[in-house]
Amino acid sequence: MLVNTVAAFLTLAVFSFLYRDNPVYKFAEYLFVGVATGYILSLEYQNVFKPNLWTPLVHGQYSLIIVFILGVLMFTRFSKQYAWLSRWAIALMVGAFSGLAIIGAAQGDLVAQIQANMVPFWGGSVGKTIENVLLIVGLISSLWYFFFSKEHKGVSGGIAKLGIWFLMISFGASFGFTVMSRISLLIGRLQFLFHDWLPIIK
Amino acid sequence: MSKKTGREGLKLPVLERLERLDRRYIFIAIFIAVIVPLIFPIWLPVRVSPEVQGLYDSVEKLPPGSVVYFAADFDPGSMAELRPMMISTLRHLFRRDIKVIGACLWPAGPPLLEEGFGIVAEGEYGKKYGIDFVNLGFKEGREAVMVQLGKSFHSVYPADYYGKPVSEIPIMKNAYNFDNTAMIVNISAGYPGTKEWIQQVKSRFHITIGAGCTAVSAPEFYPYVQSGQLVGLMGGLAGAAEYEKLIGNPADATKGMDAQSLGHVVILIFVILGNIIYFAGGGSKKTGRVKAS
Repeated sequence: MLVNTVAAFLTLAVFSFLYRDNPVYKFAEYLFVGVATGYILSLEYQNVFKPNLWTPLVHGQYSLIIVFILGVLMFTRFSKQYAWLSRWAIALMVGAFSGLAIIGAAQGDLVAQIQANMVPFWGGSVGKTIENVLLIVGLISSLWYFFFSKEHKGVSGGIAKLGIWFLMISFGASFGFTVMSRISLLIGRLQFLFHDWLPIIK
Repeated sequence: MSKKTGREGLKLPVLERLERLDRRYIFIAIFIAVIVPLIFPIWLPVRVSPEVQGLYDSVEKLPPGSVVYFAADFDPGSMAELRPMMISTLRHLFRRDIKVIGACLWPAGPPLLEEGFGIVAEGEYGKKYGIDFVNLGFKEGREAVMVQLGKSFHSVYPADYYGKPVSEIPIMKNAYNFDNTAMIVNISAGYPGTKEWIQQVKSRFHITIGAGCTAVSAPEFYPYVQSGQLVGLMGGLAGAAEYEKLIGNPADATKGMDAQSLGHVVILIFVILGNIIYFAGGGSKKTGRVKAS
């Protein structure tokens, strides 16, 4: 009950921002940032640093000293004189993650999505055919709007404008989903307040 | 005397008043629209979309006893949408006697997964930890972890969430990597999440992936369903409610859908009102706005 009351107070403190910015909201905001930072820090220490680096290192896996040094080099960011040393660690991380991301994006996104967009005009049924035609026309006109530097006049301008319409519809759908997400968060908090804290809702 | 708004086109005093409506009245209207159906549910019908049906069918096709990797990549910030998804999919998996290896790439995820296992696996189906399900906890490394999991679960997670060596956990004795896994079910709130599972794992290890995500990120993932990279997708609270309907167990998401729908109706009314006021005022030409040159 005490935990729920604290959580309810903090929820109401955050909601108070809807009236206007105030000290109660600021208190909740700062408390959240502080607690979240402390939680993540302790979690990273317990779940990442200790089992993956420190424990194996002190138990004889001395090759990990290189990783340890690279990690320590990250802290040279705090010194103007030695900040350049951190670039070694950053370079390694950027290189490794770029390699992973590029392979993943190329295989998982680029090739697969191009394949998925190569659909026949006739889809076997009227509904599927309309779907396929919309996909092809939407894809080409949207790409036309973005990628071709030719002045948007005449036929080219018409295709680009059609592309804008497809983009607007997709932005509208995205916005609708965003609103849905925000309302869901509100529902979640209200369910907590009126179900878990004050048992008004069954 | 009314204040001058700079919109000379508005003739009707009602519209003029509405244009200057304090936004806090809008908040109150949305609050009422959300809270009333939560107290007095109206049980609006839920229509199942092909994307959610696809996920349900894929789980249905799994033979009992097979192993599913359950990637719970979210935190309390998105619990409202994703917790009902997690509960529903776990219900479906355990009902079908499927073994579940749960793990998280979000640091605050493991306690939520633990709660889900507690409610569904132990509470509803009497499943045994270590035999029918396991919580491997959190692992830092994002995409690198995903790729490494394809080679060995045991090297990525030497111990489970409680610190027990995975080599001693029965469920893990025959589950080494994605070759021994029938499917990945990913409940994702962002990065790393569904997109990364598809990019890094689907293309490399060709495993079936089904997902549930927040409504904000759902439009980004629908192309993956169309391309067949995802077998199904639950988007937001609506997706969770559809899954609850499919498994015949209406719960939190279904209850929330009434509030969701009425909240949207209020937002729609305000959007329409805003447009009426805008056009009644003669559009942008008479608003006195400075146009970019």
